[in-house]
Amino acid sequence: MNALYLAVAYMRYHWGRSLVLTLVAALILFVPIATQILLSTSERALVSRGDATPLLLGSRGSQLDLTMAALYFSDERPDPVPMREVEAIWDSGLAMPIPVHAAFSSSGFRIVGTTLDYFDFRELTLSDGRGLSVLGDAVIGADVAETLGKGVGDTLVSSPENLFDLDGVYPLEMPIVGVLAPTNSPDDQAVFVDIKTAWVIQGIGHGHEDVVTAAEVAAGSAAVSNAAVVQYQRITDENIESFHFHGSQDDFPTSAVVVVPNDTRSATILKGRYLDSENPTQLIEPARVIQGLVDRIFRIKALLDVVTTIIAVAAIAAIGLAVFLSYRLRAREMATAVKLGARRGMVMQLLSAETITLLLLSAVIAGICVTIVSRNAESWVGWLLALGS
Amino acid sequence: MITARDVTFRYGGTGFRLRVPEFVLQNQERVAIVGPSGSGKTTLLNLIAGILTPETGLIDVAGTNVATLSDAQRRRFRASTIGFVFQDFALLDYLSARQNILYPYRITPALTLTAEARERAEALAVSCGIGDKLDRHPSALSQGEQQRVAICRALVTQPKLILSDEATGNLDPESKARILDLLFEQASQAGAAVLAVTHDHELLPRFERVLDFAQFREEADA
Repeated sequence: MNALYLAVAYMRYHWGRSLVLTLVAALILFVPIATQILLSTSERALVSRGDATPLLLGSRGSQLDLTMAALYFSDERPDPVPMREVEAIWDSGLAMPIPVHAAFSSSGFRIVGTTLDYFDFRELTLSDGRGLSVLGDAVIGADVAETLGKGVGDTLVSSPENLFDLDGVYPLEMPIVGVLAPTNSPDDQAVFVDIKTAWVIQGIGHGHEDVVTAAEVAAGSAAVSNAAVVQYQRITDENIESFHFHGSQDDFPTSAVVVVPNDTRSATILKGRYLDSENPTQLIEPARVIQGLVDRIFRIKALLDVVTTIIAVAAIAAIGLAVFLSYRLRAREMATAVKLGARRGMVMQLLSAETITLLLLSAVIAGICVTIVSRNAESWVGWLLALGS
Repeated sequence: MITARDVTFRYGGTGFRLRVPEFVLQNQERVAIVGPSGSGKTTLLNLIAGILTPETGLIDVAGTNVATLSDAQRRRFRASTIGFVFQDFALLDYLSARQNILYPYRITPALTLTAEARERAEALAVSCGIGDKLDRHPSALSQGEQQRVAICRALVTQPKLILSDEATGNLDPESKARILDLLFEQASQAGAAVLAVTHDHELLPRFERVLDFAQFREEADA
């Protein structure tokens, strides 16, 4: 206890040095563990999303782009596939197709046009409000609600995608009818609408007398068509009947199609049908694409581990030097202790009490930080993965 | 208090040799040791304290032949029987004056830090004129005050013998006499003998006896 008392007194008196040594030691302990936790959580999050998506249909091209766009709603824009491909899957009777239209955004969050099957497939539940039922309805992910501070009864406006096209479509104002429970997945970061609503945003479907100016929003007056001011479309009970789509729905686009086969045999048959490299569409297994990505990341991680190890060794050497110099500075104190009758080993006990106290403090700090990272890893990883979208 | 007879000692490799045919220090006696640098004055203190062990001879301190004790026994003996005062005070910068005085209790199981020891430390500090500075660290004390703390530390364990190694060497002339008087006064109250190495010849009249160390060196050289 006396050695501990003296160690604590020494550390308190030289608090600046003790603080720096403690924090550096805590960092050395914390960084590799936290990195490991975040990486393994990332791996689990990535792979689980891939594993939960049996097959993905999309336009032929980069499988990674297709996967990232359809599963993580990223910025990648794979060429769209026509809805007739969705019908083809239905007609085959081998799987359930779920279109994913992810070309637009609102307030920085991806607008995902899909069908109600998507919510059942991903097992998404509502924490507030109701599901999609009317053209223009939006159901938002938990992070969207938290970040924007919006909920049921509020509205979102789609971001204009063709600013320089004066004849182009106006943004669509969408009432929020539901908020999803958090899932720590990209779904938390998405604004879900019916795929028909996505087509309205794209300009494929439109109504009449449905353009609202910014001034009218304030005044509540009637609509005028005026491209010189900020305007957007609003779907109301009065104008919903006037909304219509031009052309055949078979030709309407979707970014990708999540394909949920009835069984392994159906999956095998379906995959066989899309093997032809001349076919403009491809059917891929997202899990394999993600695993390839994860393997690549972890090859880079091995390099990162080496760098971390070198830095840790250098930092430990620096701490060792600081402790050694501290021991040298305290040589006189140790000589005094011996002269005053300090028992054999007391000097070493004094020095090790300080080192052990310092390391224990570092371990406690590192432990607290690791616990915080561990508890929040899933949400932080979800947020980090969403950063790229 | 001390009887040293036929004591020889040498540092390996340096050629230094010390021979003390006989040296006696009575109980509560105040003896100064003078002599040229390198003559072995501090070595004798270290031999008496059991920090060094002689090649031959007897060193009896308070009835114990220090030379025959094991290392652990010598340490315990030193902690419980001897008080040290050093030229550089040897205070710990990170401890307050109070904790510096109580330091011996923190480093050896031979001493137990009790409420009595704390009260004794307080009383010693008051009688040394630093009672109001007990919570200050050494850096906030003058040199004279630091040496008073060192004297309190030497006496707090109620030793029978005070070994003083140039205790006044770092003090101004005025403080030297005052500190030495204080040391004698406190040692007298505690009933302890004082054996002091000093170069300050003007302080010698304050001692009961002066031992010129040159004679031991000459005998060793012979």
